[in-house]
Amino acid sequence: MEKNSKSRSEEPSDVIGEVTGGEYKYGFVTDVETDVIPVGLSEEVVRLISRKKEEPQWLLDFRLKAYRHWLTLTPPKWGHLRMPDIDFQAISYYAAPGKKKVPGSLDEIDPEIRETFDKLGIPLEEQKHLSGMAVDAVMDSVSVKTTHREALAEKGIIFCSISEAVKDYPDLVKKYLGSVVSYKDNFYAALNSAVFSDGSFVYIPKGVRCPMELSTYFRINASGTGQFERTLIVADDDSYVSYLEGCTAPMRDENQLHAAIVEIVVEDRAEVKYSTVQNWYAGDAQGRGGVYNLVTKRGLCRGDYSKLSWTQVETGSAITWKYPSCVLAGRGATGEFYSVAVTRNYQQADTGTKMIHLAPDTRSTIVSKGISAGHSENSYRGLVKVTPAAEGARNYTQCDSLLLGSECGAHTFPYIDVMNPTAIVEHEATTSKISEDQLFYCNQRGIPTEEAVGLIVNGYAKEVMNKLPMEFAVEAQKLLQITLEGSVG
Amino acid sequence: MDKDILLKVSGLRAKVEDKEILRGIDLEVRPGEVHAIMGPNGSGKSTLSGVLAGNPAYTVTGGSALFHGINLLELSPEDRSHEGLFLSFQYPVEIPGVSMVNFMRAAVNAKREYFQEPPLSAGDFLKLMRQKRAIVELDNKLASRSVNEGFSGGEKKRNEIFQMAVLEPRLAILDETDSGLDIDALRVVAGGVNKLKNDRNATIVITHYQRLLDYIKPDFVHVLYKGRIVRTGGPDLALELEERGYDWIKEVEDGK
Repeated sequence: MEKNSKSRSEEPSDVIGEVTGGEYKYGFVTDVETDVIPVGLSEEVVRLISRKKEEPQWLLDFRLKAYRHWLTLTPPKWGHLRMPDIDFQAISYYAAPGKKKVPGSLDEIDPEIRETFDKLGIPLEEQKHLSGMAVDAVMDSVSVKTTHREALAEKGIIFCSISEAVKDYPDLVKKYLGSVVSYKDNFYAALNSAVFSDGSFVYIPKGVRCPMELSTYFRINASGTGQFERTLIVADDDSYVSYLEGCTAPMRDENQLHAAIVEIVVEDRAEVKYSTVQNWYAGDAQGRGGVYNLVTKRGLCRGDYSKLSWTQVETGSAITWKYPSCVLAGRGATGEFYSVAVTRNYQQADTGTKMIHLAPDTRSTIVSKGISAGHSENSYRGLVKVTPAAEGARNYTQCDSLLLGSECGAHTFPYIDVMNPTAIVEHEATTSKISEDQLFYCNQRGIPTEEAVGLIVNGYAKEVMNKLPMEFAVEAQKLLQITLEGSVG
Repeated sequence: MDKDILLKVSGLRAKVEDKEILRGIDLEVRPGEVHAIMGPNGSGKSTLSGVLAGNPAYTVTGGSALFHGINLLELSPEDRSHEGLFLSFQYPVEIPGVSMVNFMRAAVNAKREYFQEPPLSAGDFLKLMRQKRAIVELDNKLASRSVNEGFSGGEKKRNEIFQMAVLEPRLAILDETDSGLDIDALRVVAGGVNKLKNDRNATIVITHYQRLLDYIKPDFVHVLYKGRIVRTGGPDLALELEERGYDWIKEVEDGK
């Protein structure tokens, strides 16, 4: 009988350290010709970006207004984050890989880029792809390919890059751009509005149920650049769409800035599910490098009985600062936020949501699961606001933290602001550790420690993972496991 | 070496933190045997089971333990499990969100990997679960429930024996399996253990009371006191302890 045995010499605390030291496997760089504009930000740079994208005057005006407003702002400091001052003049605000024209067919895509997305598990050939999913692939500042566009167009669904949408559907973009997240919203929103590059645009017409998952895959490749994508999703009356977002970046010693905006408009009885698996490069074990993920995501449930559900699995980025929110403006509108945020090494996350109840009978649910390891800091920050008009509003918040090791931190900052006495707002919070007893129990049944940690963490996060679309859930589970795994023994 | 010996413990000493608990244990277990280890509270019964299973809370300070010829003390806890050692916990641990199916599949496939066998297919695995469940009369809702979460005392112990049935150990150590069980649950659990017994495996039953030994008949009874085995006998010894308590042993031993 063949067998392999290994002895166990580590102290239990070292075991957890090793287990949480897994390698980042998307850290490669694609060697592709890239058109990068010189570093620095000025009105001239904003004009240059707009010119490169051949934009209409109204959009340039929008950018310039945002830029001028941005000049009056300072970066927000209220997050539970240690972040060095960013030199905004040291960043390049536009990087376009490959040929300068937007590729129309697959043959025109630089093979290097195609290979990059293959390596990431996102094949750009439609026949190779999961039949139930359409993909918009964005590298640095431009969209390189959107699949399944024709099939979707038959149902009247628009799914394309926002740059194309500006050209092909200017009225829709003009109507909704900035309607949920104003350029005045915050420092990074103003910056994004001035220099945003690419992202996806989705429009689901009245009464249409989108027949496949829509997905955008964001990849930072060039160095010394920031990524400022912008996504706009509009779900008209009685429509439904499930949208997924994934992101990765090369391993670099420098910190890269990612300041995105996602705006969602949900009309009467429409439903939008927005899922994110965020796996930007998180920096090395000493905390060098990694992406600063400073993002404004918000949905406006404008229609009666509309519904917006955010699900996020956050494993990457050196710093995460984001609060996907729901403005519940329609009667009976529902907002949901399900989050798993994992931090390890020297990662920092300050993330949560805002549920703003503006109308009667609005409902919101918040389930946040933080997992901290190494020397990381993991904070939940959430606002539940019930305005006087929101008769009978209800909120349920559950906020759990799991600590792996003793050097990490978990924090909870709930803000509750209720101005209607009929509202019911519940908040539950727990903090726990993976106990030595749990690990030994698994070990005794033959399950090695690293697999046991993966199992326990996935069990802890199950409530959120169950909300992800099927194809994504398996990937996300593996990601959780890989993120927290290393070599034990 | 006597090839017939499944477990040979010699002069085993162990401490937890700075306190020495086991002070020289000698024990031999052969296939087909049932050994009962009894003794008053704090005598080291649970420590012995923990040390044999490799619980990192204990530090071995001397002696040896050979398990079918392998140096048990050098193996990781998971390899001890793969080699056929099973511990039924006195207090089974809850693992929220992890279903029994996923837990047992991880356990079964880890063992198969150790012996360089391919993982069981989903169909074969579920079939195995169904077969083994019957041994301790667990219902099929068990599969989707989280490991031990919200289980009653009796369900937890039945779940331990169910896991034992799936893993088919060569040596099962039942640590206070009778604690917290009513008489019906005790009968089911003991019945499960008896069904799993054959002439190739062995059982060590750690218990306080004679009660469990009415259902699981021991071949040998050992009395543990202050970290040493101070008496070894047949089933009669357990009956004597039931009648006279542990005080007379304490008096004899403390008087030495």
